Amino acid sequence: MAPDLTPKTTILDAEQMARAIRRMAGEISERNRGVSDLMLVGIRTRGVPLAEAIEAEIERMEGHAVPLGALDITLYRDDLSMVAPQPLVKGTHLPGPLDGRVVVLCDDVLFTGRTVRAALDHLVDYGRPRSVQLAVLIDRGHRELPIQADFVGKTVPTARDELIEVCFPQTDGTEQQVRILERAAR
Amino acid sequence: MTAASPVRWTREDLLGIAELSPGEIELVLDTAESFREVGERPIKKVPTLRGKTVVNLFFESSTRTRSSFEIAEKRLSADNLNFTASGSALAKGESLVDTALNLQAMAPDLIVIRHAHAGAPHLLARKLKAGVINAGDGAHEHPTQALLDAYTIRRHKGRLAGLKVAIVGDIEHSRVVRSNIHLLTKMGARVTVAGPRTMMPVGIERLGVEVAHTLAEAVRGADVIMMLRIQLERQGRMAIPSIKEYFELFGLTSARLAGAADDVIIMHPGPMNRGVEIASEVADGPYSVILEQVTHGVSVRMAVLYLLSGVHEETA
Repeated sequence: MAPDLTPKTTILDAEQMARAIRRMAGEISERNRGVSDLMLVGIRTRGVPLAEAIEAEIERMEGHAVPLGALDITLYRDDLSMVAPQPLVKGTHLPGPLDGRVVVLCDDVLFTGRTVRAALDHLVDYGRPRSVQLAVLIDRGHRELPIQADFVGKTVPTARDELIEVCFPQTDGTEQQVRILERAAR
Repeated sequence: MTAASPVRWTREDLLGIAELSPGEIELVLDTAESFREVGERPIKKVPTLRGKTVVNLFFESSTRTRSSFEIAEKRLSADNLNFTASGSALAKGESLVDTALNLQAMAPDLIVIRHAHAGAPHLLARKLKAGVINAGDGAHEHPTQALLDAYTIRRHKGRLAGLKVAIVGDIEHSRVVRSNIHLLTKMGARVTVAGPRTMMPVGIERLGVEVAHTLAEAVRGADVIMMLRIQLERQGRMAIPSIKEYFELFGLTSARLAGAADDVIIMHPGPMNRGVEIASEVADGPYSVILEQVTHGVSVRMAVLYLLSGVHEETA
């Protein structure tokens, strides 16, 4: 957490977050009538632990594993000419060909929609999925592109300058939770 | 491997290895690791440098380095154009700075330059707004070659620190050697250089390397052996009595690998003179990673182009 940010409210605690992920996993397998052609692809950084958590739930319910991938969208960002210095590129890993698969993109927070736009451009460079669906833990509004999620953990109305902080043990070394952070008045 | 790199890239130019910090070197290598995957996709192209223009300005002939930069630029979706010495205005007597200012007027974002004189890229970097990448200047530096060599070593050994690296051949006239010595010593490798006395610069020890007088001494215990090209068309010819004698003393053969580490890798920046500095049995043998170097060259150059095309603080 940056020093000028202070936590305002907790939106999901560990238990509520686990429950939301469990419900999303159920909705994904229900919508797709099973999980045989499914591939879960997390958008780096925190889409990856979300995809892993959803996969674990699906595996528990359906009894077999779903292939998991990780997408690094840095090279597809539309704001590279505006941010300094260049962001780190951490690499993409997909477990197999996308052709004919149902890809569920997973990300922690859906905000402007620009990350998802970049992820869609990235995916089609790998092949032609049968369909692409979007699962996000938090939908906070303020879209700048015509993009909607298929599966949402929780919809949270926010002010534009607030920050949503999603924590996973794998990426943040803390208990899983979601909080709204406020910029301290300067 | 990548997550913990706290270093951020702030340079506008890549002129040499000498001025880079170990953290910056590691950042380039880590970034290259991510770009390797792009080269393995069915569609080997990302839109990252769309709308950027890269000029490849080669005042010396080059096939490998120039095509490597070209492929890297194309895989990043940059527009590129090539100037070579023959057929350009340079052959008509235009000065380097005038050529550069004319290019500048076409507003390129990056210029890749190879030049026979040390310092030519530095001159351009001072004169031009575009970022400058040194693709070899005289016998001074060839930073992207050293970075791709380091990347290749790291892929095989998992590290650079503590390795024994032998560099054999024309140490005097090689820019590849100078960039490699800077890089490897900064990263904690032990470097031994070997070659005929006529090709060994006086005082090379001051760069932090050991000097071996025979090939056997250099090869003993080496984890990495880098063979350098004898420039038969240039100075190389004058410094050795005959090619046959050079091969007898410093040519790498299977038999001479005996003292090296069991998992030694053999490298060569190319183009090779088979039967001069290296025997075909070694160049094509199981320890050779010479063609891998070429593959990794593209990833490393993509990483450099990516890092240098970022927004710089003062303009952001």
